[in-house]
Amino acid sequence: MEKISPEPVALIKKRRNEALSQLINSIPYISFLGVDFERRGDEITAILPFKDELIGNPSLPALHGGSIAAFLEISAIIGLSWTQIWRQIEDPGSVTGSSDGAKEFSLPKTIDFSVDYLRSGLPRDAYARATVNRAGRRYASVHVEAWQDNRNKLFAQGTGHFLMPLNK
Amino acid sequence: MKNKMIEKKKKAVEDFFAVLPHSISLGMGIDFIRDGEVGMSMPYDSKLIGDPQTKVIHGGAVFALLDTCCGAAAMSHPEQIGPTATIDLRVDYMRPATPSQRIKAIATCYNLTKSVAFVRAVALDHNEEKPVAMAAGAFVTGV
Repeated sequence: MEKISPEPVALIKKRRNEALSQLINSIPYISFLGVDFERRGDEITAILPFKDELIGNPSLPALHGGSIAAFLEISAIIGLSWTQIWRQIEDPGSVTGSSDGAKEFSLPKTIDFSVDYLRSGLPRDAYARATVNRAGRRYASVHVEAWQDNRNKLFAQGTGHFLMPLNK
Repeated sequence: MKNKMIEKKKKAVEDFFAVLPHSISLGMGIDFIRDGEVGMSMPYDSKLIGDPQTKVIHGGAVFALLDTCCGAAAMSHPEQIGPTATIDLRVDYMRPATPSQRIKAIATCYNLTKSVAFVRAVALDHNEEKPVAMAAGAFVTGV
């Protein structure tokens, strides 16, 4: 019997990172806000590095509710898309050794998004992680948690429903 | 006397919303201010695109406009004094905003209690018959 040698780790990482950056770089609003992403396996953390343009009330100062909401919605969309892309590029039988799964990928469309502002956003970096609670063929429900200095002290959370694209 | 108060309040709301850095970076402007009702709008910009295939702006940009407009409506309510902060806001995205068109929001503060303002809003593009999005939220009052 022939022994199949495992895929080199560098190749796996390259494929995953390329797929993720292809997805992110295709969306102008992500670079407008300056949102960055960190990947550990299939887990993604969104990062919103602080900058003045994100401020709402300058006398406090505090992050604008709109920039917080947009950050959460971006995290949800990327988190949800990533689970789809992951399946395309990593599932047995679909591994092509390339990141092509992210090319020509149609994004999910937001049906509704609801944001809870738990604390005012401080003028410093923020982080968010999305959990896909349900992903059917047509609809998905995603929850996002965002924090600043302490992971267990959320400053905002959001829930959204999304219409899934008809990707093959 | 009452008119003078209204003018003073209008000026305060205008001044407050004219200097918010995030609103400035999105190009938001106030269209009108009445008692508990505010109109605001924002130009289309390719940097706001959320879907590269359709060139439709990101839902987050529409959310930001609606949030700002709702906050302004709460502040412009005759019984509200001082600034407000969002407690929660829900946005329903009913259809994609048409690329290259200006987005307009109209928000109404329909109830104000000692600690909470209830606000709803609608976002429109050039087709005013069919809203792009609708919002409902609660805001802190009396801070």
